[in-house]
Amino acid sequence: MKEDDSVLVMGEDVGPKGGVFLATEKLTAEFGEERCFDTPLSEDGIVGVGVGMAMNGMKPVCEIQFQDFIFPAFDQIVSEAAKIRYRSGGQYTVPMVIRTPYGGGIKGGLYHSQSGEAYFAHTPGLKVVIPSTPYDAKGLLIASINDPDPVLFMEPKALYRAFREDVPDGVYEVELSKTRNVTEGGDVAVFCYGAMVPVCADAAKRIKDSRNKDVRVVDLRTLMPLDEESVLQAARDCGRVVIVHEAPRFCGYGAELSALIAERAIESIEAPIKRVAGFDTPFPNTLENYYMPDARRVLDAIEEVLDF
Amino acid sequence: MSELLQILDETGKKVGKAPRVKREVLLQIYRAIVQTRAFDDRCMKLQRTGRIGFSVPNLGIEAVSAGAAAAMDPIRDWFAPYYRDFAMLFYHDVSAEKMFDNMFGNCEDNAVGRQMPVHFTFTEPAKFFSISSPLGTQIPQAVGMAMAMKNRGEDSAVITTFGDGTTSSSGFHSGLNFAGVYKAPIVFLCQNNQFAISCHSDMQTASESYAIKARAYGMPGVRVDGNDALAVYKAVSDAAKRAREGKGPTLIEAYTFRMGGHSTSDDPSRYVDAGLIAKWQKRDPLLRLRNWLIGEGHLTEERADEIANEVAEEIKQAADAAQAKSRPVLGTIFTDVFEKMPSHLEAQMEGCIKHHAERDEAVDEKGEFPL
Ligand SMILES: Cc1ncc(C[n+]2csc(CCOP(=O)(O)OP(=O)(O)O)c2C)c(N)n1
Ligand SMILES: [Mg+2]
Repeated sequence: MKEDDSVLVMGEDVGPKGGVFLATEKLTAEFGEERCFDTPLSEDGIVGVGVGMAMNGMKPVCEIQFQDFIFPAFDQIVSEAAKIRYRSGGQYTVPMVIRTPYGGGIKGGLYHSQSGEAYFAHTPGLKVVIPSTPYDAKGLLIASINDPDPVLFMEPKALYRAFREDVPDGVYEVELSKTRNVTEGGDVAVFCYGAMVPVCADAAKRIKDSRNKDVRVVDLRTLMPLDEESVLQAARDCGRVVIVHEAPRFCGYGAELSALIAERAIESIEAPIKRVAGFDTPFPNTLENYYMPDARRVLDAIEEVLDF
Repeated sequence: MSELLQILDETGKKVGKAPRVKREVLLQIYRAIVQTRAFDDRCMKLQRTGRIGFSVPNLGIEAVSAGAAAAMDPIRDWFAPYYRDFAMLFYHDVSAEKMFDNMFGNCEDNAVGRQMPVHFTFTEPAKFFSISSPLGTQIPQAVGMAMAMKNRGEDSAVITTFGDGTTSSSGFHSGLNFAGVYKAPIVFLCQNNQFAISCHSDMQTASESYAIKARAYGMPGVRVDGNDALAVYKAVSDAAKRAREGKGPTLIEAYTFRMGGHSTSDDPSRYVDAGLIAKWQKRDPLLRLRNWLIGEGHLTEERADEIANEVAEEIKQAADAAQAKSRPVLGTIFTDVFEKMPSHLEAQMEGCIKHHAERDEAVDEKGEFPL
């Protein structure tokens, strides 16, 4: 915001309160109400207004308080933000960011826990970015703000307070559409993103300890457009693949990864591609910990592909 | 500013024309507010000690829910409330234990531990429609419930409630528009407690009031003192009567103040002026009603103390009973997705149960496999 006057933040409670997760804390105090402001309680309004601002020279960063509440804005995102460049032959563009906390881990029940990335990754014209570390959160967010296209920036809320990491002062970008290897290895490739990254890293450590196998945990970081080459390379190098996400399995993002690998790297694959995912049910509250994939479930899948 | 309907002033003195209300109804309104306070207080303590995850303070707004509930009929009418409406349930004798079952998300929770606390759902003793977190969604649904009543020629009505912030949602606008067009037998009750989490209602709308929005949808709008249970009762009774007579919907704005935080996760001192809280403390809805009831001879100090003691005991027992219950069994993750469970879910359910049967995490508090 210091570097670029056209960047502004809007959403419910993002002003003086600093957002319900305090992600925008002190921004109003520092940059004033013109640059960081509360809006009426209307997600379609927030995104629709953001689309208009973006077309007219601003770089809005709109917050949707929980990803579960994004659906009133689905029309503005899917039919508008994502398609305006295409339908105007590039005359109008929408360089906006929609930030939204997603995923389980806070006892939020049906409507404060969902992982809806597949709906959005399925939308041509919309980028979908999910960080899993503080360093990436900053670098990917700056890259998203500077990106000429609309970006849905999904923040794994389970990680907000999970651990600390120093991040560099000042502006830096983490390039979009580039995966990151969380661990190096050539025995099993585990693809994941968001809050599942530490879960998979934990499973990788356990299998190293128990069976001395090296797992390559790949954090996808950008779901759309995907870094296909790195995914295929990891699949080819390891020959065994596990895909992990919290979202329901059916038509989840793992289905796309699995199909991609099956289509383009099948000759290197030595075991069935395994998916570890949320169940195909709404998200429960009391039994949340039984619903969310944990290191134990990931470990089972890794063992299965190893033992095939 | 639209006129504010008030019957009892801040001290409990009658300043408007009191509606004819049976003594039992008045005392039940009073009791529902007392119950709400005790329930609210217990929930705050349970949350602070980590026994429940979340609650929503109702302090200060109780007269809105209690007064409105009293104007509706638990047999014929349907209720589509929102989360800050505890007194509406208490008024119609929903058991405190059943409410705590939801707060704990235990095996007897009607929502089967699937929803967060304060997302109640009941069909008995009245139709209290399952509360949804996505705000405003219940408003057009409530209109649909009302249109179904009209379609069958019933003399029943629906009441739906929502906060001031929720008037900005598209559900509010499409709901009121449909209700106006089809003259649906419905009462829209907006609890204007002046905040939507941290956002003051000033930035929610540029209209001079919420009630005035009714005009654009072709229905009457009424603004009422939400800390005056009698005034709320009167406004909702009149609106329900209109609805039953086929004259269509009404929008009521109950002007009140949320004395606590938005929820147990919220720190209102970050954004609410202390002076505002002090000002509204003097407008306490319980004290006002109590003073008036005593003045009218409907209540005595002694009886009021007895009620407080009875309620304290009731709430304590209900909380203890709910807390003692186990959590829902694992299979409940998979039921009620569809009426008939598809095969892929059956397979996932079996896998989940087997997985946890083999792990120590699967053992529940009582040391039994939870299925
Ligand atoms: C569609 C939607 N957007 C955002 C939220 C998050 N949220 C929960 S309560 C709330 C404020 C509601 O304010 P109001 O309608 O005034 O009701 P109050 O809580 O003040 O009683 C918000 C923004 C939500 N639940 N649903
Ligand atoms: Mg409010």
